Amino acid sequence: MRESLVQVNNLGIGFTSRAKVTLPILRNIDLAIGEGETIGLVGESGCGKSTLALAMMGYLKSGLRVLEGDSLFRGRNVFDMDKRALEDIRGGELALIPQNAGQSLTPTSRIGRQINESVKLHTRLAKEQRRERVIELLSQVRLPQPQELLNRYPHELSGGQQQRVAIAMALAGEPDVLLLDEPTTGLDVTTQAHILELLRDLATETGTAMVYVSHDLGAIARVSDRIAVMYAGEFVLEGPAHQVLKWPAHPYARGLLLSIPRLKEAVVPTSMPGLPPPPGGAGQGCAFADRCPMTEQLCRDKRPALEPTAMQELVCCHFHERVDQLPLPESPKRPDRSNLDELNNILRLENVAINYAKPSIVDQILNRQPDVTPTVDKIDLTICRGETIGLVGESGSGKSTILRAIAGLLPPQSGTITYDKAESLNTPVGERGKDLLRSVQLIFQNPDASLNPRHTVAELLAQPLKLYFGLGGDELRERSVTLLERVRLRADYLERLPSQLSGGEKQRVAVARAFAAEPELVLCDEVTSALDVSVQAAVLHLLTQLQVDHGTTYVFVSHDLAVVRALADRVAVLYQGRLCEMGPSENVYRSPSHPYTEVLLGAVLEPDPDAEPVLAAEDAVDLFPPAKGCPFYRRCPRHIGDICDNETPPWQPTGPGHAIRCHIPLGELLNMQYQSATTN
Amino acid sequence: MATTNNTDSGKRKTAFSTLQTVLSAMASRPSGLVGLILVAFHIALAIVSPAIAPYDFRELSAQIILNEPSSEHWFGTDNLGRDIFTRTMLGGRQALLVTTISTILAIIWGGLLGVLFGLVGGRLDEFLMRLVDAFLCLPWILVLLLIVVTVGSGPVVLIPTLGFFYGIPVIRMARAATHDVVALDFVTAARARGETRSTIVRRELLPNVLDVLLVEGAMRWSWMLLAFSSLSFLGFGVTPPTPDWGLMISDARSFMSIAPWVALPPVIALSSLIIGINLSADALAKALGIDRAQKAPV
Amino acid sequence: MVKLIARRLALGVLTIVLVSGIIFVGVEVLPGDSCTAYLGRFAQGKRLENCRRDFGLERPALTRYSEWALGAVQGDFGVSMKRKTPISKTVGTRFRNTVILGVTASIIGVPLAILLGIIAALWRDHLPDLWVSTTAIFAMTIPEFVSSTILILIFSVWLRWLPGIVITQPDAPLFEFLSDIILPIIALALVMTAHILRMVRTSVINVMASDYVQMAQLKGVPYWQMVFKHVLPNALLPTINLVALTIAWLLGGTIVIEVVFNYPGLGRLMVQAISFRDLATVQAVALILSTLYVGLNLFADLLTLLANPRLRTMRT
Repeated sequence: MRESLVQVNNLGIGFTSRAKVTLPILRNIDLAIGEGETIGLVGESGCGKSTLALAMMGYLKSGLRVLEGDSLFRGRNVFDMDKRALEDIRGGELALIPQNAGQSLTPTSRIGRQINESVKLHTRLAKEQRRERVIELLSQVRLPQPQELLNRYPHELSGGQQQRVAIAMALAGEPDVLLLDEPTTGLDVTTQAHILELLRDLATETGTAMVYVSHDLGAIARVSDRIAVMYAGEFVLEGPAHQVLKWPAHPYARGLLLSIPRLKEAVVPTSMPGLPPPPGGAGQGCAFADRCPMTEQLCRDKRPALEPTAMQELVCCHFHERVDQLPLPESPKRPDRSNLDELNNILRLENVAINYAKPSIVDQILNRQPDVTPTVDKIDLTICRGETIGLVGESGSGKSTILRAIAGLLPPQSGTITYDKAESLNTPVGERGKDLLRSVQLIFQNPDASLNPRHTVAELLAQPLKLYFGLGGDELRERSVTLLERVRLRADYLERLPSQLSGGEKQRVAVARAFAAEPELVLCDEVTSALDVSVQAAVLHLLTQLQVDHGTTYVFVSHDLAVVRALADRVAVLYQGRLCEMGPSENVYRSPSHPYTEVLLGAVLEPDPDAEPVLAAEDAVDLFPPAKGCPFYRRCPRHIGDICDNETPPWQPTGPGHAIRCHIPLGELLNMQYQSATTN
Repeated sequence: MATTNNTDSGKRKTAFSTLQTVLSAMASRPSGLVGLILVAFHIALAIVSPAIAPYDFRELSAQIILNEPSSEHWFGTDNLGRDIFTRTMLGGRQALLVTTISTILAIIWGGLLGVLFGLVGGRLDEFLMRLVDAFLCLPWILVLLLIVVTVGSGPVVLIPTLGFFYGIPVIRMARAATHDVVALDFVTAARARGETRSTIVRRELLPNVLDVLLVEGAMRWSWMLLAFSSLSFLGFGVTPPTPDWGLMISDARSFMSIAPWVALPPVIALSSLIIGINLSADALAKALGIDRAQKAPV
Repeated sequence: MVKLIARRLALGVLTIVLVSGIIFVGVEVLPGDSCTAYLGRFAQGKRLENCRRDFGLERPALTRYSEWALGAVQGDFGVSMKRKTPISKTVGTRFRNTVILGVTASIIGVPLAILLGIIAALWRDHLPDLWVSTTAIFAMTIPEFVSSTILILIFSVWLRWLPGIVITQPDAPLFEFLSDIILPIIALALVMTAHILRMVRTSVINVMASDYVQMAQLKGVPYWQMVFKHVLPNALLPTINLVALTIAWLLGGTIVIEVVFNYPGLGRLMVQAISFRDLATVQAVALILSTLYVGLNLFADLLTLLANPRLRTMRT
C-alpha cells in the first residue's frame, strides 16, 4: 500500500448558528489520496466539497471550525501546524487552483511577478534562474509568447488564459498534490475542454496527485481515476471512476446521473423530487431519505455507514444492492411534432442585423448609421407555432442579443422581424400594443437578478396579471394560486420574498410570471444555466409540461448542447453573431456538420468515462466578428483558403429543413468528418 | 443556486415590522445604541424644553453677568446675564427644526431628480451631471452666506436654501444608485413586459434605491446641522435673541479666558447631537447592508 | 491614454468656465447690485447713479461678464469697492496664507491618516482600531468651529502655549506666522485626517476580504508580505481620488477656521467682504476657491489614471 499523501480521518467541520446551535457542513469524511492519482469530488451546491478541498490545506472560511477528526498531509495534521509550516506547504507541496482565476489574481501586479512570487517562496532558485523558470512554467501550460505575457496585467487576459496562469502559479512550487476548485466554471465549452486536456497531460507528465472538485460530472469523468460523490456534507459513494459513472451504487448518484441530459437522445432528463437538507437538518436517519425512491423505515431511523462493495467501492446506503434493480423512471412526454407547418409560422426574422455600438454625435448630426461591423448579422429564421427552437453558441455568439431584439429591448439595425405573419416586431417595447407585449414573454438566466428582491411572490405574479388583464382582488389571487400550482409550488409561497426561496423555486416563479401573461411565444435566455443539474432537470420538465398544455412556442437559448438536445425540435448554431448551421436537432447533432458545430460537439464533456472529447480548433478567442467572409475563418480547422476570408459562405441544404453555411462542398465535408471520426 | 432554507414561515413583512427589525439591528451594536439614545434625547429635549426651562431665555440682568455655575443658575450666566442652562436647552430647537425640514426637502428633490437622471441616461444626463459637478465646486459656506446676506436670514430663507443646496450631492448619489439597479434583470423584465416608465420607477426602482437614500438622509442631516451652526457661529444664521448653540459658542469666544464655562454647555450639546446622528447613520448603513464610507464627504 | 488625459483637462477647463458663469449669474440674480449692496441705506439718487457709472454697472451683463472673466484669467479682478484698491493685491497675500495652511495641514494629515487607517483595519475590532475609529468619529463630526474653540480653550486659555487669535499683518513675511499657524493647522488636519482615515480603513477591510488576498494566503505568502504587496496597492488606489476630493471639500472648513483664529487668509477675506457687501471681492474669491477645487479634482483623476493598471492599459 502506497503511503497516502493526504489522509482525511473522520473529519467533521461546522459552524455555530446565531441560535447557538452547532451545525455541521461536513460529517465523517474519510479520504486517502496516494501519489499520482486523481480523485474527483462531485456534488451539487451546498454539499461541502469546496470546504473539504480547502480544509485539506488547513484553511477554513471564517466562522467555520473543526468539530472532529483531522486531515493529514504527509502524516502531519494540518490543523495543528503553525503558521510558518502552513505557509511552507501551501503553494509548495500542496497547491490550489482556484475557481475564478480572474478574481484570484492580484489586479495591480503583473503576471510575471505573481508567478515569480510563488517560485521565490517555494524554491531556492536565484533571480535569473527564477525568470527562466517562470517562462518555463508559462510554456508548460501552453501559453503563447511567455516573454511578452510576463509584463501583462491579469485583466488583459481572457478567462482561459487567466486559468492557465493560475495553473502555472500552482505548479511553481512543484506540488505533490493539486487541489482544483471548479477550475473551469464560467469558461466557454471549447476552452473548458482544452484546459481539462492540459490538466490530464500535466498529471501524466509530472505525476502530481489531483483533487478535482466540481459539480460538472462531465469534467470529472474526463480527469478522475476515482470519484467520490458528496451529499449534504458526507460521502455517499466512492469508487473507481468507471464503476461509479456506469453503475452507480447509491440512489442519489444514480438520480444525479439520470438528471444529466445526453447528446445522443432527445429526452428530457428525469429529476429527483425535493431539496437537500440544510446544515444540521438531516435528522438521525439517512440524509437522502426524503427524496429516495426506495426509502424504508430503517432509512429514517438509522444513518447508514460507508460499506465496501464487491467492486472496490464504498457506499453509504442500507439497501445499495437494490439500486440497480430500480426501474428507470419515465421520461416526460415530448409534444407531438409531426404537424409542424412552416407556413403556420409565428415568428420570422429576415436578414436581421443588430448593432450594440451607439452612433457618435457626428453620426447623429449627419443622420447616418455608424460604419461598424454589426454585432449580429444576416439572421434568417422562421419559427413554427408550437415548436421549440434552440439557439446555440458560446459567449459572443449573439444569441442573447437576438432574443432581446425579438423582445423589443434592442432595435434591429436592418432587416425585419415579423410576428404571426402580420405584426412587425421591429418596434421597440414602448411602441408595441398590449396584446403583442402579452404574447411575447422573456425569462432570464439568473433568478436572483430577475425577481425584485423587495416584492413578494404575490406581487411579482400580480404585475403581469394587472397589466395585461386588469385583474384585481380575489380574482387576482385565485389566478395567482393557479399559476403557482402549475409550476408545482404551494399557495403559501405567495407571501414569500425571493430571499426565502431556493434557486430552483425562484426560477419556477419566473416561469410562472411569464406564463401569467398566457403568451404564445416564450423566449428563454439560458434559463437553466445558473441552476444545479438536478434542479435544471426539474425546470426542463416543467417547461416541457407547460408546452404540452398550452402549445407555447419556445426560443431556447443555451450554451449547453446537451440541454438543447433534450428540449429543441430544431437548432440554430451561431458564431460571432452569424448563423452557421440550422436544422432539425437530430440532423444538426450528426454529420455532416458545419466545422464550428463539429468543434462544439467535439468539446462537449459527457459523464461517460469512455467518451473522449475531440479538440479540433485551438483554444483561442475571437473578440469581434470579421468584416467579411465566414465568421469562423480565423479559427476553422477546415479552412480551405482565401475564399473563406473574403466571401460570405452560401447556404448548402443537406436535407429537409437542414442547411450548413460553408464553402466546402458537402460531400467533401462529410468525408473529412467521417475520417476524423474513425481515426479518433 | 443556494439551498436556502425553505422551511421559513415566510411572513409578509409590513412596513412597521421592517422598521422594528432595522431599529433593533441598529441598537444591537453599542455604537448604534448610543447614537439612537443621543438622537432621541435631543429630539425629546427640543420638544419639551420650553415647558420645563427654569428661566426666560431673553431675561437680561446686568447684575449677574458671567456668573459661575451655582445652585440658581446651574450652568452660570452669560455676558448679558441670561441663564445658560435655559439657553442651552432651547438652543437646539431652531437648528433641529430647520435642518430636519431641509433634509427631508433635500432628499426628496435630490432623490427624485437623481433617479430621473439615472433613467434618462445619454447625453442629456451627462450634460446635467457636468452642471451638478460645477455647482459642487462652490464652497458651500460661500453660497449660503451670500444668499443670507442679500435676502435675509431666518427659517423661511434657510430651509429652502439649505434644502436646495444640499439636495445637489444627493442627486449624484441617487443617480449612481439608480444606475446600479437599472442594470439588474428585474428592471429589464419590467421593461420587456411593457410597464410604463412611471410604474417602473415607482415599483421597481424606488423601493431598491430607498435604502441608499435613507442612509444618505441621515448623513445629510448631520451636514445640515454643521452648516446651520457654522452659519450661526459666523453671525448669519439665527437672529438674536433666539438661543442657538452656534451663536452661543461664537459669543463665548470673547470671554473664554475669563469665563470658560460659558462655551462648554453649547459645545457639548451640539457635539453630542451631531455625534449621535453620525453613529445612528453608520448603524443604519450597516443594518441595511450598505457600504458607505467609500464615498467622499460631498 | 494621452487622449484620456487631454479629455480630462478639457473637462476641467469647461467646469471652471461653467463655475465662473454660475458665480456671475448668482451674484446678478440676487436683489440689488454691487452699488446698492455697498451703499446700503444711501443707495439712492445721485449717489447711486454716480456709483454705478464709476463701476460701469449700466452695461449689459454679458459685457461685464466677459470683461471680468478675461481679466480674471490674467489675474486682474478689478477694484474693491470698499478698499478702493485692486483686488488682486489683497487676494494675492491671502491666497498665499491660505495655501500655506492647507498644504501644511495636508502634508501632516494625509500620511498620518493613511497610516492610522491601515492600522485600524489590520487590527480591526481590537484595541488599536477602537481607539483610532472612535477618535476619528469625534474629530470628524464635531464642527470645525467647535474643535477650534476647544483647541483654543486648551492651548491658549488654559496652557497659554500658543496664541488663540492671529494679529500678524496679512502681508507679513512667512516666518512671522509660525507660532500663529500651529493651532489652525491642527484644527484643519484633525478633520482631514479623520475623514481620510475612515476611507482608508474601509478600503483595506474590503480588500482583505477579496478573492485574490485569499489566494495569496493559500499560496503561502507570509502575512506582512501579503499586506504590502497584495493588500495595500489595491486598497490605496481608490483612496487617491477620495483623498483629493476630501481635501477639496475641506476648503469650506478652512473658511470657518480662519474666522475662528482670525487668520488672514482667503476665507476670512471672503467673510469680511460679505459683511461689507463688497461683491466684487466676493466674486473673485469664489472664483479662486472654486478653481482650486476643480484643480484638486483634476489632479486626483489624473493621478488615479496613472496609478490604475486597468486604466493605463486601456486601448481607447
